[in-house]
Amino acid sequence: MATVDTSLVHDAHTHEHDHHEPQSFWRTYVFSEDHKTIAKQYLITGILWAVIGISMSIIFRLQLGFPKMSMGWLKPILGEWINESNQLDPDFYLALVTMHGTIMVFFVLTAGLSGTFSNFLIPLQVGARDMASGFLNMLSYWFFFIAGVIMFFSIFIETGPAAGGWVVYPPLSALPQAHKGSQLGMTLWLVSMALFIVSQLLGGINYITTVINLRTRGMTFSKLPLTIWAFFLTAVLGLISFPVLLSAALLLIFDRSFGTSFYLSEIYINGEALPNVGGSPILFQHLFWFLGHPEVYIVMLPALGITSEIIATNSRKPIFGYRAMIASMLGIAFLAFIVWAHHMFVTGMNPFLGSIFMFLTLIIAVPSAVKAFNYITTLWRGNIRFTPAMLFSIGLVSFFISGGVTGLILGNSALDIQLHDTYFVVAHFHLVMGASSAFGLLAGVYHWFPKMFGRMMNDKLGYIHFWLTFAGIYCVFFPMHYTGIAGFPRRYYAFTSYEWTKTIFTDLNAFISIAAIVSFGAQFIFLFNFFYSLFRGRKASQNPWKSNTLEWTTPIEPGHGNWPGEIPAVYRWPYDYSKPGAADDFIPQTVPYSQTPESNLPHENELIAFEKEIEEAENLNDQFRQPH
Amino acid sequence: MAATVTTDSTEVFDKKSWMGGVEPMRVSYGKLMMWFFLLSDTFTFSALLVTYGLIRFSFPAYDPAVHGAFQFSDLYWPIPEKVYNSVPFLHGVDLPLVFVGIMTFILIFSSVTMVLAVEAGHRMDRASVEKYMLWTIIGGFAFLGCQAWEWSHFIHGTEKGRLITDVLTGDVRTIFGANLTENEYGPAAFADLFFFITGFHGTHVFSGVVLNILIFYRTATGLYARRGHYEMVEKVGLYWHFVDLVWVFVFTFFYLV
Repeated sequence: MATVDTSLVHDAHTHEHDHHEPQSFWRTYVFSEDHKTIAKQYLITGILWAVIGISMSIIFRLQLGFPKMSMGWLKPILGEWINESNQLDPDFYLALVTMHGTIMVFFVLTAGLSGTFSNFLIPLQVGARDMASGFLNMLSYWFFFIAGVIMFFSIFIETGPAAGGWVVYPPLSALPQAHKGSQLGMTLWLVSMALFIVSQLLGGINYITTVINLRTRGMTFSKLPLTIWAFFLTAVLGLISFPVLLSAALLLIFDRSFGTSFYLSEIYINGEALPNVGGSPILFQHLFWFLGHPEVYIVMLPALGITSEIIATNSRKPIFGYRAMIASMLGIAFLAFIVWAHHMFVTGMNPFLGSIFMFLTLIIAVPSAVKAFNYITTLWRGNIRFTPAMLFSIGLVSFFISGGVTGLILGNSALDIQLHDTYFVVAHFHLVMGASSAFGLLAGVYHWFPKMFGRMMNDKLGYIHFWLTFAGIYCVFFPMHYTGIAGFPRRYYAFTSYEWTKTIFTDLNAFISIAAIVSFGAQFIFLFNFFYSLFRGRKASQNPWKSNTLEWTTPIEPGHGNWPGEIPAVYRWPYDYSKPGAADDFIPQTVPYSQTPESNLPHENELIAFEKEIEEAENLNDQFRQPH
Repeated sequence: MAATVTTDSTEVFDKKSWMGGVEPMRVSYGKLMMWFFLLSDTFTFSALLVTYGLIRFSFPAYDPAVHGAFQFSDLYWPIPEKVYNSVPFLHGVDLPLVFVGIMTFILIFSSVTMVLAVEAGHRMDRASVEKYMLWTIIGGFAFLGCQAWEWSHFIHGTEKGRLITDVLTGDVRTIFGANLTENEYGPAAFADLFFFITGFHGTHVFSGVVLNILIFYRTATGLYARRGHYEMVEKVGLYWHFVDLVWVFVFTFFYLV
């Protein structure tokens, strides 16, 4: 039976083709498989979601800062959610808080950040024509898009969107009769998240395989820019943690719609007993936070990677501790999976178990501090160029430190009992992951705008944007530490129920709200700058920041396949800035050591012997040499 | 994709698998993606099995000293041998875990034929690939059929049924079989988990069968012969083995522990 039809094995696969037929409008701009276009799609969608998500926070900040204010003027947008006495509907307040969290964490800081920069930078910085699978990459964006559409619809339904907080804890979220926001809105939330997880999975396997398989010749893992390391580890985190949320969400869907009792047990609602027995709401919390905690690093690591790149470039200095940076990211990625229960110290957990999770949590301070110190030591005595991207990166380091320090307080299980679910927590995570990560996103946009669109953004507007945002964010979140320590709980519609909250901190709350409005307003400077520069910005040069990484060796506006002709080879790490003896203050990764004898270190001279091998090697993984 | 491209010229680079410019260890991107997808899916199933474990051990186990002779009851988790003891056409015969053993055997056997299909693909033996893929597809359908029978038996219940007292109303009535809210064999959670986890696994098997049919079709039409390699068979094979492996865990959790 064993017939081997070798005659059919012809060499169709060795066909080379560098040019492609021009594609239709739909295939070029909408259903594109090009990683650069997909990155821009993610960016624009992320910006749209950011505007929606931050607007929501402004509405509930108005309520918190000025509890009696008349909101009649919002009726054209919010309709029935502003009641007859021109006050914000309390149910809708809860929905706003929930949606703000969901949108910002998942749609803006996960999809908007990773989606944009992993897609844009991975092929460009590792030296690949495109992502490993352009088709799956396109699918990833459109799954995200559909998830977004469903979430967007849920805002407009009669019972409102999900309102149980972004963590959607059952039994509140499992019982439609528990609250308006647990009805159709919650179902749509779960459907949207399930699709979002599929999108993350498709994106994640693409990022990982591209980094592993499609590096250009000479690009070893130890020569990868730290951005790529960060995106790579982020993708691994997402790949492992999101499926657990998928399981948790599917079980919740069954509890909500099909009468199972995975998370429900012995409940009375409106004085009526429910038949559910045997489940455990704490189980959901465990499953949720097994995603939820790594999610913090999924949001944070790309921003840290972007910062590493921008700080080194604009300090004109090698990044301090390249290997330590990688090791600390690996450490953070590992620890991310074994600390989740620190979100659950007050669930009645065994205090001994709590102390173990406390111990593991506090260890994260070590790799985080390594990163913070490395940023500072990179800046130390650098020849700093304060571009807007650099300012935002330094701002990120500042937020990361001031938000991280309060993490040490919250990670302590004894102190957390006092501070759990207060504004102290809100202040902590908004600084350490919210604002930091948003700053990473903004820094990335300012820095890679010339590569994305071939034009420069306006620096002056960038500076104004930075200072207003930076000062604004500290003015918003610093005072929250005080209200939190005083015991103000988060997610409360108003603080009028208790005698002690009625009189104190009303001024401070008003101050926070004003600061929030100013910071929000400042973002319109960015939006104007972004869209204006898109069409009218100064034309960019090929390497405007005098950077070492591969993306700046492509044409100003790279076409399909990124490099015309062959992909360049890589000979050195990406951080040879201000090397003693060198003519310029930067040496791109594509310059071999044999051409820079004046600046080589002794061990680098030894590497010259191997350069011929890299130079002569072919890129066997070049996607243009393979059938596709 | 590049399985054949890398054959001749990679020898020089072999020792420098990670130097860039080549696919490390000659693993194509597609196969790598499949591996990472499986890693991800492992965590989906792990989460479900952790859920099973947590709920399972929040119920007391059956203890003859406390509960007397075994009978189905809400008070403790049932013994699997007492629940899954039927085989088609052998009505009323107590054959604990025999049928599920047959199912497991079928699934594992289909993994063997899948290995043979992959191996035939390496030899570029199109006829053998077709033959073994067909056996794998038959095995997959047989497993799904068995599962359908087992579910249907589980849902219809025993002839006697079980007398229960309604938690809310206090009514006493007899229930037969299990659904998502009531369960003749024990606590409702037992049936909830059974339906959810074996259903989730069954969905995976079903997708696997669909993929197998696709691969069979493409083999039969000579697509892979023209392409010069049968790597798709290998990739789908990975998925099939994974589904098989997951079943081993599901089997252990539900039927053995």
